[in-house]
Amino acid sequence: MNHETMMQVENLKVHFDVSSEGDMPWTKRKRLQAVNGVSFELKSGETLGIVGESGCGKSTLARAIISMVPAETGRVLWFGKDLLALQKTEMRKHRKEIQMIFQDPLASLNPRMTIGEIIAEPLKTHYPKTSKADIKAKVEDVMNKVGLLENLINRYPHEFSGGQCQRIGIARALILKPKLIICDEPVSALDVSIQAQVINLLMDLQKEMGLTLIFIAHDLSIVKHISNKIMVLYMGNMVELAKSEDIYNHPRHPYTQALISAVPIPDPKIEKNKDLILIEGDLPSPINPPSGCIFRTRCKKAQDICSQEKPELKEAASSHEVACHFND
Amino acid sequence: MSFLEVNNLNVEFNTADGIVRAVNNVSFSLEEGKILAIVGESGSGKSQTVFAMMGLLDQNGRATGSVKFEDQEILNLSISELNLIRSEKIAMIFQDPMTSLNPYMKVSEQMAEVLIHHKGLSKTEAIKQSISMLDAVQIPEARNLIRMYPHEFSGGMRQRVMIAMSLLCNPKLLIADEPTTALDVTVQAQIMHLLSDIQREFGTSIILITHDLGVVAGNSDKTLVMYGGQVMEIAKTELIYERPTHPYTQGLISAVPRLDDSTDKLKTIQGNPPDAMLDPVGCPFSPRCKFSKDICSTQAPELLEVGESNHFRACHVAFEELL
Repeated sequence: MNHETMMQVENLKVHFDVSSEGDMPWTKRKRLQAVNGVSFELKSGETLGIVGESGCGKSTLARAIISMVPAETGRVLWFGKDLLALQKTEMRKHRKEIQMIFQDPLASLNPRMTIGEIIAEPLKTHYPKTSKADIKAKVEDVMNKVGLLENLINRYPHEFSGGQCQRIGIARALILKPKLIICDEPVSALDVSIQAQVINLLMDLQKEMGLTLIFIAHDLSIVKHISNKIMVLYMGNMVELAKSEDIYNHPRHPYTQALISAVPIPDPKIEKNKDLILIEGDLPSPINPPSGCIFRTRCKKAQDICSQEKPELKEAASSHEVACHFND
Repeated sequence: MSFLEVNNLNVEFNTADGIVRAVNNVSFSLEEGKILAIVGESGSGKSQTVFAMMGLLDQNGRATGSVKFEDQEILNLSISELNLIRSEKIAMIFQDPMTSLNPYMKVSEQMAEVLIHHKGLSKTEAIKQSISMLDAVQIPEARNLIRMYPHEFSGGMRQRVMIAMSLLCNPKLLIADEPTTALDVTVQAQIMHLLSDIQREFGTSIILITHDLGVVAGNSDKTLVMYGGQVMEIAKTELIYERPTHPYTQGLISAVPRLDDSTDKLKTIQGNPPDAMLDPVGCPFSPRCKFSKDICSTQAPELLEVGESNHFRACHVAFEELL
């Protein structure tokens, strides 16, 4: 497999204007920085995991990459072309190459369409001239790939279990033969035994079709299992980016360290004897974030400098970037 | 005297489509001061088991069997009799603290209500005790925060409020139904840490219901594995992980990706969870079980003790064949 650079995201920022309780109509709306200067590079065939807790901006980041939410500044280079600067019609061409899988498998499927229609829809949208027979053949082919029986083609989503619905979502994403699939929490609504089936399916398909994946999840064990490299987000900021094993074996940012320590290991011997690093307190308000380092209010290492200066993302070891003033 | 003894508990629901048997012949016991984890996937009947114990089943639900708490039969007691047990002897916390706290009432009112009702305290005294309980669950500035409404708290804080409220009457048994499922992992760690502190400090026994095998591993003495409304295996937690003797338990444990381990491929359990509408004949796991034999689909296996003491499994296939 050639490992050319597929996507380069540079200093991507997204903000939302929000109003809070008690605001008058003329009150200036407050600014919530959902994604704050995220940069990364993605090579063909690899999997980038994005982890973080609820509200850290991981879904917004994914949506901003494919212009589902408008970015404030930054560039998303797709094979050298800036997606954010493209006209709508131009963007449409590239949409085929980037597809998405969503968290809630049932909610992301139209209940009034048969699964055959659901899976065929992207094909009909992007290649309106495809013949009916061709569409059917392609739909059946992709259904086979994701492990759905062909005779289910005329059923409706409610007739399927959660795991099967997620397979339908995957089939819909695959039918256009995309290069990149963005998976936004694809397994968090599924039971453990089904979760493993879907993850294995994604990894098999990746090998078979040479897919590149962006895999967003809050479950670090799953992300580590599937990803080559992992980005850790905290309140819209990248705090660490490194290879999966390095994130787990040598986490450098205090937040990553606490996050890893908090993940329970299904082994009583390890779990009952581990030194837990607890993070104190709650997330600060995203409307009024702390000055300097965003994590300093909950960080055990915090010093004066942390409140004055925002640490930049720096390479601390080879391909291991950390945003912390004390990263050694 | 045994602390908690559940025998042949059955729960069924009358629905428009027929009878759903959510819990079938569940038996287990719990010693005082210990933590029992009940694990299972959605629809396995883990929540309905404890709902039946607490008299919290929906109107169309019916429970049979026996639940003895300190030698007193508590299954199907009248509401007034149950009210003497609920919260004073057995308290419960739920998965989603936002939907189980009253959004219209300040935390102070909701908490005080419990003490006024159960202990007959005056309001000022009740609020005073509530504040010290909030302190005990490490809510900062409890004196001020108690005047807030539930929506003004974060998810983790709300769960702390819920825990504080359940502890007000000093119950002997705390039932926690997926207490951390709605929470982020760092907050989950805080809450589980708090629960084990409480268990140590107050000697409270806990039934912990969860689907997360990691949470079970770190926080329980004994583990009960449920599938399709039936008990598959029950044993000391260490034994469940070291030497699972049921095909379902084995499958479940190897299906979880581990942070401390890099396997290339996860082992999966084939197929889908059972349809609760279909009356289970035989072992509910048999359609998905690699070891399934003819007898498995016709006759439900009994829960029998294996080798080690207090290690029970319900499986027709001999343990040696599973290795």
